Amino acid sequence: MRHTISVLVDNRPGVLSRIAGLFSGRGFNIESLSVNETLDPTMSQMTIVTRGDDRILEQINKQLNKLIDIIKVVDYESSGSDFIERELALIKVNVDEHKRSEVLSIIDIFRCKVVDVSRTHYTVEVTGDENKIQAIIDLFRPLGIKELIRSGKAAMLRENKIKG
Amino acid sequence: MTKNPTKLKGAQILLECLHREKVKVIFGYPGGSVLDVYNSLYDSDLQHILVRHEQAAVHAADGYARVTGDVGVCLVTSGPGATNTVTGLATAYMDSIPIVVFTGQVPTMLIGNDAFQEADIVGISRPCTKHNYLVKTVAELPRIIKEAFYIARSGRPGPVLVDLPKDIIGAEIDFEYPEKTDMRSYRPTYKGNRRQIIRAVDELAKSKKPVIYAGGGVVLSNASHELGLFARSFQIPVTTTLMGMGCYPGTDSLSLGMLGMHGTYRANMAVTNCDLLIAVGARFDDRVTGDLNTFAAGATVIHIDIDPTSISKNIKVSIPIVGDAREILKEIIEVAGEKKVKKADRKVWLDEIADWKHKHSMDYQMDEVIKPQYVVEKIYELTKGKAIITTEVGQNQMWAAQYYLFDEPRRFLTSGGLGTMGYGFPAAIGAQVANPKATVIDIAGDGSIQMNIQELATAVQYGLPVKIAILNNMCLGMVRQWQQLFYKKRYSHSTFARHPDFVKLAEAYGAVGLRAEKPGEVVSVIKKALAVKDRPVIMDFVVDPEECVYPMVPAGAPISNMILL
Ligand SMILES: Cc1ncc(C[n+]2csc(CCOP(=O)(O)OP(=O)(O)O)c2C)c(N)n1
Repeated sequence: MRHTISVLVDNRPGVLSRIAGLFSGRGFNIESLSVNETLDPTMSQMTIVTRGDDRILEQINKQLNKLIDIIKVVDYESSGSDFIERELALIKVNVDEHKRSEVLSIIDIFRCKVVDVSRTHYTVEVTGDENKIQAIIDLFRPLGIKELIRSGKAAMLRENKIKG
Repeated sequence: MTKNPTKLKGAQILLECLHREKVKVIFGYPGGSVLDVYNSLYDSDLQHILVRHEQAAVHAADGYARVTGDVGVCLVTSGPGATNTVTGLATAYMDSIPIVVFTGQVPTMLIGNDAFQEADIVGISRPCTKHNYLVKTVAELPRIIKEAFYIARSGRPGPVLVDLPKDIIGAEIDFEYPEKTDMRSYRPTYKGNRRQIIRAVDELAKSKKPVIYAGGGVVLSNASHELGLFARSFQIPVTTTLMGMGCYPGTDSLSLGMLGMHGTYRANMAVTNCDLLIAVGARFDDRVTGDLNTFAAGATVIHIDIDPTSISKNIKVSIPIVGDAREILKEIIEVAGEKKVKKADRKVWLDEIADWKHKHSMDYQMDEVIKPQYVVEKIYELTKGKAIITTEVGQNQMWAAQYYLFDEPRRFLTSGGLGTMGYGFPAAIGAQVANPKATVIDIAGDGSIQMNIQELATAVQYGLPVKIAILNNMCLGMVRQWQQLFYKKRYSHSTFARHPDFVKLAEAYGAVGLRAEKPGEVVSVIKKALAVKDRPVIMDFVVDPEECVYPMVPAGAPISNMILL
């Protein structure tokens, strides 16, 4: 099962390597990771997407909690709460004569933004959940993707929607 | 906060903080980047034991911590001094021993430049410390030291490393020591969940065949008294792990001895057949459980541990209780009293256990040559079970655990989790420094003792009467045993063609050297050694090279599948 885990940490040097070391040392895997400062600059927020059975996820949660610099760990799946998950992709797609209109219509349908234009390529910015981003990539791929960058996931609980 | 701050250098701050933490002794080795600290030590009352290798400094601090329950402290230089501490840190980490290791570091400006004697010890030690710090400004030094000691001794204890760049040790600042630490990201749980405790008591009331499986956590939380009270009130037999040795009296009639790979027949049978397993401060290590599917398969499992990651890691637990073993045992006894749980009649269960004991007790065959078990047995008798015993790793360690019965905790010091050869002798030095009057004996193998033999010089210098009993089988006995049993006796690189003359070696260092070659000489050698009070002694026991440790459960097999003598 895939899990999205939100980790609130003390904003100190070395925290990221503690977490990365924990995952590699214990054979857990990280599918996606994003880190940034919170409103309170003494803390950072990480969103980690990982995979494993219940026993492994239980260990991941407990081991994270055990690290001294970690303030709070929430496993969104296990907590049974509803949450929003987003990632961002920058896609440099080929736009020669025959393809430009098709690219533009995909951009339109998916409400993405063109953030850079050259004679041969558009750089497209997309935000959304993983499915949306995968769908666009699948549509662009036959047209020719020159470069692709995806961010880690950012996730947040929905307000007042805790299922209990 | 202290009232009148005074200007102090980083080095002085370090010593002042150690003083505030009531540190009495440190184990260390100097070098370029900690010269300022050593300069301050020159005027200090703090006792410093100069070891001969930094690994030994850490093991000695670890031994000191295990016998006293206080935090052990080390001080070493940067680069090679720091990297030499790694095995000691990993050893302490695996056994949850509270120590703080201070390492020198190159000046802040040079970090990352491959400077002379630079090593990224914070990076290197990250997976084998509970926590570590690189001090970046002298202003944060007092807080970091306070936190380091707090983290080392609280919750599930463990080693903490503090890396001190040379410029920080030299910088001056107004010194104020924080009275308290408040870490929002670290708040260990001590009190057990009441609901779970009630459930545990209900299970106990129903159980016909309970067993307590007690580990190092009982020792660390000083819960022996409560464990004893609990076991005796409800007539529950107790088996201990290697780390739990002595947390329940080994001579008590409810004691089953050690369980696991080289456990007693009755302990392994009792665990296999019990209907309720109460694990206290133990972590279901693979050397204990063998095959997980058959381990206490018919039992409800209650697991009391301060570290949530230990619970349900290897085995599914029905009633997890996170918290301090002592607090929780107290509460269980209380709740059982409130609920008027009857003092069960355990005759049937205890008789069954007595039968197992009768069928296969610890035993060996006497011979013309000295049997290593006989040596341990005689040491036990002649010290009346009151010595502090440390061990190396291998057969010597298992025989010590099997044939020396401990009635008190903090008397048996062994590297359980990491299995570090070379641990026992420096740990004995640490234990002797903590208890100058006690009898401290390292039960050693001829292989392991050579891993930190240089510490004889340390023990001689400080007049420490540590005794080393080498069970000299001219081989890496435990390796040879596995090759004998599982590799068709192909003794690949496990036997020694030559050893130094251990008696002369001891004498060369200024220690006493004794040798026994026949069973008849064993007692007199031990007696002579015990009479020495001012210097270390090596006892070289020339023992049967073919002897194996039994019972033995092959790795991964059910623990009821024991190879018996
Ligand atoms: C540092 C280290 N290296 C290797 C081992 C693997 N090992 C485990 S037991 C053993 C043999 C120990 O021999 P010895 O000290 O003579 O003790 P004996 O088993 O003969 O009592 C070895 C090599 C270890 N535990 N630690």
